[in-house]
Formats: sequence, C-alpha cells, structure tokens
Amino acid sequence: MKRREFMKLAGGGVFVFFTIGEPRDWLEGQQRAGGRDYPTDFNAYLRIAEDGKVTGFSGKAELGQGTQTALAQIAAEELDVALDRVDIIMGDTALCPWDMGTFGSRSIKYFGPALRQAAAEARAVLIELASEHLKLPVAQLATKDGLVQEKANPQNRVSYGALAKGKMIERHIDPKPPVKPPSEYAIVGNPADRKDSVLKATGKAQYAGDIRLPGMLYARILRPPAHGAKLKTIDLSGAERTEGVRIIQDGDMVAVLHRSSDLAERALSKIKAEWDVPEATVDDETIYEHLVKVAPAGDVIEEKGNLEEGRKLATSVFEETYFTPYVAHAPVEPHTAAVKIEGGSATVWASTQRPFGLQEEVAQALGLAVEKVRVITPFVGGGFGGKNRNRQTVEAALLAKLAGAPVQVAWNRSEEFFYDTFQPAAVVKIVSGLDAVNKLVLWDYVIFFGGERTSQPFYDIPHYRILSRGSWGRGGAGAHPFEVGAWRAPGSNTNTFARESHMDAMAAKAGLDALEFRLLNLKDERMKKVLQAAAEKFGWKPGKAPSGRGVGLACVNYLNTYVATMAEVAVEKSGTIKVKRVVCAQDMGRVINPDGARAQIEGCITMGLGYCLSEEIHFRGGAIQDRNFDTYEIPRFSWLPKIETILVDNPGLEPQGGGEPPIVNMGAVVADAVFDATGARLYRLPITAARLKAALAPR
Amino acid sequence: MKDMIRFEINGRPVSLDVDPERMLLWILRTELGLTGTKYGCGEGICGACTVLVDGEAVRSCQYPMKDVHAKKLTTIEGLAADGRLHPLQEAFVRHNVMQCGFCTSGMILTAYSLLRKNPQPTREGIILAMDDNFCRCGGYMRIIEAIETAAQEMKKGARR
Ligand code: FES
Ligand code: FES
Repeated sequence: MKRREFMKLAGGGVFVFFTIGEPRDWLEGQQRAGGRDYPTDFNAYLRIAEDGKVTGFSGKAELGQGTQTALAQIAAEELDVALDRVDIIMGDTALCPWDMGTFGSRSIKYFGPALRQAAAEARAVLIELASEHLKLPVAQLATKDGLVQEKANPQNRVSYGALAKGKMIERHIDPKPPVKPPSEYAIVGNPADRKDSVLKATGKAQYAGDIRLPGMLYARILRPPAHGAKLKTIDLSGAERTEGVRIIQDGDMVAVLHRSSDLAERALSKIKAEWDVPEATVDDETIYEHLVKVAPAGDVIEEKGNLEEGRKLATSVFEETYFTPYVAHAPVEPHTAAVKIEGGSATVWASTQRPFGLQEEVAQALGLAVEKVRVITPFVGGGFGGKNRNRQTVEAALLAKLAGAPVQVAWNRSEEFFYDTFQPAAVVKIVSGLDAVNKLVLWDYVIFFGGERTSQPFYDIPHYRILSRGSWGRGGAGAHPFEVGAWRAPGSNTNTFARESHMDAMAAKAGLDALEFRLLNLKDERMKKVLQAAAEKFGWKPGKAPSGRGVGLACVNYLNTYVATMAEVAVEKSGTIKVKRVVCAQDMGRVINPDGARAQIEGCITMGLGYCLSEEIHFRGGAIQDRNFDTYEIPRFSWLPKIETILVDNPGLEPQGGGEPPIVNMGAVVADAVFDATGARLYRLPITAARLKAALAPR
Repeated sequence: MKDMIRFEINGRPVSLDVDPERMLLWILRTELGLTGTKYGCGEGICGACTVLVDGEAVRSCQYPMKDVHAKKLTTIEGLAADGRLHPLQEAFVRHNVMQCGFCTSGMILTAYSLLRKNPQPTREGIILAMDDNFCRCGGYMRIIEAIETAAQEMKKGARR
C-alpha cells in the first residue's frame, strides 16, 4: 500500500516511520517473501490520535504469547503515556508494515527495539511541536503522562492529542533521539495485565472462525485417507440430496458448502469415494532407519580442532544414538480462514502466523495483485509454528471465488492432524570423549533431519564437529512421508534432548554429579549462572546417578536466551512417569513483562511434558493414524508438576526471546531424571510407560 | 425433520425451528451467533465447547438440540451480569491466565459448574474436575490458582 493510502485508512495524527534493523543471520534459511525486499521497507508505525490515544502497528500476530501487551509496554514507556492509552494493532496487511512472521521468539527481541526507537522519535517530534505551540525552547520542556509541559511551570502544558489534532505530519529527527536508559523505566520491567484478558474471559475475543459475513457459506472438503492417495471413483448423489447444499468440484478438490457447517459436514459424510492409496514403505517404527539411509551427505555447521586429535586425547569414548518422533502442533484452534472477494479485491481473516506471506499466497491462488489482498489476523488460538502454513486459507479463497460468496474453511481435528506440518522425526548420533580428568576432548555430532538450531556446543570442547544431514525445512524428496515444519523451538528439542542426555550419560559413567560435570566443562559464565540459580532454588544435592532420587537437569543457549532446568520425577511400577517438580532459571536479558515471561515459561514446561511423555504421531506411509486427542495425548491438569521459575537478572543485555526457550530442555531433563530414578536410559522420545517398562525388564 | 425447540439462553427466551439431532455447538455458533463457545475436537474430549445447561457443564459438541428443550442455557457471553465480570472471569484476568484464550470459555464454565457443586474445592478436587479440559498453551497452573481465588472471593460474599 502507498503511504498516503495508509494515512487515509488510519486517520490523522503524528506518524513516525522507521526501518526495522533485523539482522540477516536470523533469517536462518527462511525464504524471503517473494519479491519483497527485506529489511528496506518501513516496518512499523505509531499513531497518536486526537484524543491522545496511541496506536502501534505490528505485522506480528498475537498467538497467545503476550506480545501485544509487551509491545504496548515498550511504546508507553518510551512515549511517556499510560499503558491503558496504548493499543497495538497486529497482523493486518493493510495497516501494518511488512513482517516476515511470528516465530523464533523474536517479536520482542527484534521488533521491540525498532518500536522503542520509533516511540522515542515520536516523543521528540511532539516536544518540537509543543515548543512551537508554547513558544518555548525545547530544552525547557519535558513529557509526562501524555503531556508536554514546561519544566519550570508544569501548569503550562499541552497534551499529545492537542498537538496531533487534525494534522498529518511526517517528521524525522536527525540524528535519532536517544532512547530512555533502562534505569528510568517505570512501565517496562513491571508486570502488566494482558491487554486481551477481558476480551478472552468474556468470549468477545474474535478468532478467524468467529467472523460472520453476510451470505457466508461453510465449506467441508473431501479428504484422502492418506497423503499421496489419488481419487479413483466418486459418488456425490447422497450429498446432493441434502437440502441447501452446494457441491463444488475443481480438479482434485471436492467441497460441500452450506449455510451451517455441521450440515455441510453431514452432507460430506454421504459422499462415497474410493481412493488409490500408495503402498506404505515406512511407519513410526521404521522411519529412523529410513531417514539415516536416505540422508544426504550434509553440511558441517560448526567445527573446531580436529576429531582425530580429539580421539587420541580421549581416555574414554561414548557413542550413542538418539531418536525423536514426528510431533504435532495441536493448537486447540484448528486452522481456520474466511475469505470474501468483492470488486476484484479479497479480504481474508485467517488464523495465521505469517499474515504477509499468506497475502502473497492468496494473491497467487486467485490471480490477483498482492495489494488487492488484505489479510486480517484476528486472535489466533495457538500456533507453535503450525500456523506458518495456511493451506486452509488458500482453500477458502479458491472456494470463495468459485462459489461467488464468502466462504469459511475451518478444519476439524482430524484434518488438523492430517495436514499438520509436524516437527520432523530425527536421529542424532554422538561420539564423545573425555580425558583422564573428565574434560571433554571430543564431540562428533551428526544430526539427521532434525535441523541445526542449538546443535552448536556451548561446552568447552577443543575438538568438535557438528554435521547436519537433511535439515528440517528442506527434508528433500523421499525423506518424510508427509510435510514437516517448524515446531516451537525448531530443531532444539531434538538437539537438546540428545546433547543433554549424552552429557548426563557421560557424567554417570564417569561417576560424577551431573551438575558438577557440566560446570567442569563450561567456560560460559551466563550458563554457569543459570545453572547455579536453578540448583539453588531446586536444592540440588550432588550425587552419582542413578541415585534413586529421580532428579535430572538440562541446559541450553537458545538464540542467546539461557535456560537451566531441573526436575524431579517419580516412576510407578507400571512405568508411568509423574513429573513432580520443575525448576527453571532463565536469563533472557532485560525483561519487559516479568509476569508474561513467567507465564511463557510455565506454558513451555507444561506443553513440553507432552513431547517427553506421550506425543508421537502414529502413521503407516502417508496415512496418519492419530485423528484426535484420544490417541494423541497432550498434557492435562493431572500432569502438572510444581513449577518454579527464576528470571536471572541481566539488565545490561537487550531483551531476548522468551516464547520458546524453556520448552527445549524438557526432553532431556525428564530422561535424565528417569535415569536417576531407575537406572534405565531412554534414547527415544516420548518416554511412554510401555517403553520404560520394557527398558526396566530384566534381560 | 425439524422441531420447534424452546429454551432460554443467557436469560433470553429462544424458539428455533431446527433439526433436533443437530449439536448445540453449531446452533450456538452459527444460528445464534454466540461464537464465544469454541470447537476444539468435536468428540467430547477437549472441553473447548463447554456451556452450562441448567447450571451444569456440558459439552455442546455432543449435546443434541432435542435435549435442550425447556432448559436454561448459559454461554460465556452470559456469565458477566450487569456489566460486571463474574468472580471467575475476574480471577482469570487477575492471574493473567489467558494465553491464546481458545480454551478459556470452556475452562471458566467447567469451573463454574464445579464451584456450584463444591464451593470450596481442594486443589485435587479442582484437578479432578478440570482434567478433561485441555489447554495447549499450558496454562494449567494459573487456571488452578484462579479457580482458588474465585472460590475465596465467592465465599467472602461476592456476587453468586
Ligand atoms: S469440541 Fe467439544 S469437547 Fe472438544
Ligand atoms: S490458553 Fe491457549 S489453549 Fe488454553
């Protein structure tokens, strides 16, 4: 959109345009949105309306992580206005500046500083305007609570609203005005109530499926029994007899549309279809062997020293292989979209993590210019990486075009499992070596299809090599029988499970305490600090595993957020594991909303129990056997451990991400605690009761 | 096959000429436009679709319209009375419970039903009553704390 058009849409006021300085390295192989240059475009705006209300615009989405609130805190702090006067509009492609998407715990880390800088500039512009208005030099003015006032005579003042009134001013301050030093913060760093709480507690918060458009039809789409299946025969007669139904067939897509979605579903169930299903060659047991077999030669991610040298130095060598399965995102809200096409333009309401990427996809599907498509992102009912993909929206767009009416596509739970882009199944092989004083001298690490994030060792190792064979984003043909993608902290759950399990196994064999062994092999002071903070809270007592106590620990540096986690488990005779207590210490730099950060940690720990204990997609070839939460069990109230969180103070470091890091330790911390409790080490996730029982059975 | 079904929803009388085999969830969300009640699984497993029928929590995705006749229904939209939040809603807000918020209406109404039967539940009692409601964002700890707070507030003589 042209800037002028935007101004018309957003109304009058002071605008600040700024460029977001997101470093290229965190693109991490993500495709740049086709044709849109990055990061040269203006990337965020602030508006100060006549009534003094401040609106911030961000192309990120609110998925539940509390970004909206934290961004409002940042803007309010820098502008000197009350938090309740600030609103943040998110994920609307017509109002918000281009953004790559909401993933990688980067909304606050990268967008935050840009917003802060913009707010600082807006404040400086307001002071300039006030100086003209009050006929006083800038140096004699100060801002407070939405007002610019004379320092010597605070009664002589003018409100932001009055300054912005009826004007549309675009000014730049050069050089950029300084931002507030953190020591002066009054809003940032203090707990804030979420801006969306009341809407969500009263049912008023709107999600994509809650959009009601005049004449809207609900579509249910015929789905194959397996990925790769081809339609052989179809009999629509049963469905056609349903009152009020419209059937649309377009190539491979067969859809039933109705004014009520349950009646569309009922009609769909009357369609008789036969399918050619390709023969299954892999399933959830054989997949690991398959992946190792088809893996490409791979890329060295990082190396140091020389593995041969390391081997020579090692007095003991440890070789193990670790396995993690396909894991579903399973947000409670399935993928949903509503699309309206009118006068050559399309408006899209979608549960998406990538509004701008989706805008391009829809434009392409409909043959429209990108600017003819507006994507609006209402509240999103959880994403975790799964809503980076938006097949449902393209389906709704095509059907809206064919039907000549607005169409909603809301997947049911079975479709959600079927089309999910799972965390990829992966294998990690580690050969490591210790010298005579239990220092790491060798680390030969190969990951198959898991992705490289957090595979780089933070331990002090003179000779190591990290080899990644088949990345999660680019599995390559023939690797996975269905699509895979980013899952909350992509790659890191697998890498940390392998690395920290392996560290634990080495400590046990060396007869050392797990914490002592890690500290012995660490030089990184931030890591030592989070480990010590966790140990103190947990009351970690040195011991040799297996001690029977059922305690474990794991740590990670996830994109510069440091996390140490300790857990205590109890194992029942049946093999069932009860995680009783989890202590998590996190250094995420300066914290914007401590309560929000704690909520994210608690959420990560709770969600993470699932991939440790139960979550694993069952499949035969392209047929996904899990269709609902009965066979695919996610964590529930009765699994809840006692959770204690520690935010390790690090005010000198800019804010780092917090929506993902604490989940990545969960696999290893539980596996290590299970080993400590039972003496059985499980190399494959999830650690189900059956697997643990089998591991405990006398051979 | 349609029947005239009469019931009360959030204090308002409703009569609908509707197929009695259809599930309440869809009538609420489509015909009545009460979208605060959510679909999560469609099979009675997750609790996202929970509403109150005569004060009892039921799963509207499994609750046919024929059973609604002559009943009093409450959905999340009807819980706040006279512009004031219910103590449970207040406690959910105060404890910053909501992340994505998609499970929230089901959580609040299930908790309502629990507190109606057992105004001072133990922590174990809360876990037992809530165990079939899922929160993928992992908000269980705060939900439990919020229910405890609401129970205390209600005991102190707050409304309802
Ligand atoms: S949608 Fe009814 S219980 Fe899940
Ligand atoms: S808050 Fe997201 S599912 Fe509960």
